[in-house]
Amino acid sequence: MTYALLPLSAAGEGIIPVVDPSAADGLFSLLWLVIGLPLIGALVLLLGGPLAGLHRGALDKWGHWLGTITAAGSFAISLTLFLALLGRDESQRQIGQELWTWFEVGSLQVGMDLLYDPLSALFLLLITGVGTLIHVYSIGYMEHDERRRRFFGYLNLFIAAMLLLVLADNFLVLFFGWEGVGLASYLLIGFWQHKPSAAAAAKKAFVMNRVGDIGLALAIGLMFATFGSTDFAVVSELASGASEDTLTVIGLLLLLGACGKSAQVPLQAWLLDAMEGPTPVSALIHAATMVTAGVYLVVRSNFIFELAPVAQTAIVIVATVTLLWGAVLGCAKDDVKKVLAGSTMSQIGYMMLAAGLGVAGYAFAIMHLLTHGFFKANMFLGAGSVMHGMNDDVDMRNYGGLQKMMPVTFVTFAMGYLAIIGFPGFSGFWSKDKIIETALAENWVVGILALVGAGVTGFYMTRLMLMTFFGEKRWNDGVHPHESPRVMTVPLIVLAALSVLSGVLLLGNWIVDFLTPVVGVAAHHEPPLPALAITAIITLTVALGVAAAWFLVGKREIPKTAPTEVSFITTAARNDLYGDQINETLVISPGRHLVSGLTTADRVLVDGTVEGGAAAATGLSALSRRIQNGYVRSYALSIVGGVLLVVLALLAVNLA
Amino acid sequence: MSITPYIVLSAILFTIGAVGVLTRRNAIVVFMCVEIMLNACNLGFVAFARQHGNLDGQIAAFFVMVVAAAEVVVGLAIIMTIFRSRRSASVDDASLLKY
Repeated sequence: MTYALLPLSAAGEGIIPVVDPSAADGLFSLLWLVIGLPLIGALVLLLGGPLAGLHRGALDKWGHWLGTITAAGSFAISLTLFLALLGRDESQRQIGQELWTWFEVGSLQVGMDLLYDPLSALFLLLITGVGTLIHVYSIGYMEHDERRRRFFGYLNLFIAAMLLLVLADNFLVLFFGWEGVGLASYLLIGFWQHKPSAAAAAKKAFVMNRVGDIGLALAIGLMFATFGSTDFAVVSELASGASEDTLTVIGLLLLLGACGKSAQVPLQAWLLDAMEGPTPVSALIHAATMVTAGVYLVVRSNFIFELAPVAQTAIVIVATVTLLWGAVLGCAKDDVKKVLAGSTMSQIGYMMLAAGLGVAGYAFAIMHLLTHGFFKANMFLGAGSVMHGMNDDVDMRNYGGLQKMMPVTFVTFAMGYLAIIGFPGFSGFWSKDKIIETALAENWVVGILALVGAGVTGFYMTRLMLMTFFGEKRWNDGVHPHESPRVMTVPLIVLAALSVLSGVLLLGNWIVDFLTPVVGVAAHHEPPLPALAITAIITLTVALGVAAAWFLVGKREIPKTAPTEVSFITTAARNDLYGDQINETLVISPGRHLVSGLTTADRVLVDGTVEGGAAAATGLSALSRRIQNGYVRSYALSIVGGVLLVVLALLAVNLA
Repeated sequence: MSITPYIVLSAILFTIGAVGVLTRRNAIVVFMCVEIMLNACNLGFVAFARQHGNLDGQIAAFFVMVVAAAEVVVGLAIIMTIFRSRRSASVDDASLLKY
């Protein structure tokens, strides 16, 4: 690896920046500690229990604090490194740290190397920052769970794996982190494993993620076959020399991986079920961080996608379908967490859309990823706070009128709500506005669909707000809603503040410039309308959605049980747009038939041949042993017959 | 002098013996038929020895006689034992050793 300066000046229009990190020195040599701290926390919390033996009670007592402190320490280092990175010259903002050689096989040498650049820096802040807040929140949320220590161990494991994912310097280490977060996600979705639904949801998420992971693994294999290495530096340098077909295949395989992890159509079905996990998990893993790993992968692999326009088009199509798919789901669900999950799917669709638009969109994808991380974590934790006060009821039809009972939750949730619908001035307004604007400039059909998605977002989020916090009280008997303890509301307040304010990242196009060393500079496309007009149209569309929700939900009586006589589309949306049925018909049931066909073939052909041979031998011997009948004269006859045969044969030979 | 009549007689005797072994049930008769076959062979040996003008066939005939004598001793002993236990000398009755 060479440590030449990044040719930033070359990273102009149409030129894809090459990953070329300089060695980590000084403060940056602490980079490994960002991953190390939560990893140590996870090891102590998960392995320490059995080792501590009788004293594990002590570990149970302060284990959650250990988990929180390691996450917070990791955040402190991330922040320090970030500030140090800002202090550096723009051309020096790629820092590599080589820890050790992971393995060497033939010409494949894989190092446990880390890469710290503007993209990973932002992710580090998001993961450790939101992660720490969610740790703090979980102290309150999981207070009565006797397996709280284990929960924090899993959370720490997740943070460590996610940090490894975004800090990796080659695709294999990235894949290691990728699998790590998949494992943590599985463990945490199924954390309440005594519930069959949670265990099933965990398995479903795990299996569907494996489908995507196969794509990523194949992409890595293809990269090694093509470039002889999986290092970002090597691949980004050699990518321009590869054939477009190869790059397209790699890109499509990477997209498959991203679809699995980020719950994009057609691998979207696991995300809604994943809400069986504890709410902090939904907030951290299934809203703010892990599900955005697919977006990270696409942005990180920009040097491949920039040269594979077909793969980029595929991303845009997948993203557009997903953002509408998720939005439609959000409109029909009564389970507060599932509405938020549908919304997450939809918002990740926006990020993928921006990432699929190429250089023009990468920075906005990351921008929306960050703001979404804040406001969606905020709303998930808010939903958790509501559930906490409602005896873990998730059905919004049993909520209503909670704004007086839970003032802090209500106000913070409202901040997240205003951010996600894109209320002018709030963070989501800036990030989503930019994505739709870019989409309109690149392709007006996709732009209009994204615009429609924004309107639907306004509808379903308003519906959620109205059903939860406003209207009449529809509480079940024996439910006494109350505000959550301080340890849960403080993270909410911090996240609410971030939801409102994180739009400043776009101030003076800061984030675009900051990410330029990673993704390059976009050719400027003039949008079809002036930017201000587009913003006005978006805001108007959202207002329409909000108004529709007000008239359809707010002005009407909300029945305690969901009405059954509803339109076809509502029924479809309540059934996850038949995602499970589609999987069942297209994949599972053909798979089952294939398997049963194979077992039948095995039974009939293979076993049949072997067993048939045995049966034939048995039958023949049953016949032939009859010759052995015990009568001397019959033996004598066979001897005579034999002799006659021999004699005749001899005669025949002699006479011939 | 032609040996053809001796060979024909030998063949006839052998055939009688072989048919007897195949068709008769009494062990003693079967035994006697075996002896007829052996003696038919002896006749053949001796006749051919005469034709070739050496003693090989004569010696073979003596060997056959010796083996036949030994065989008679063992065979009759077995037949006696079977007769004692089964009160029958029929070879068809002694057919337990089978499939």
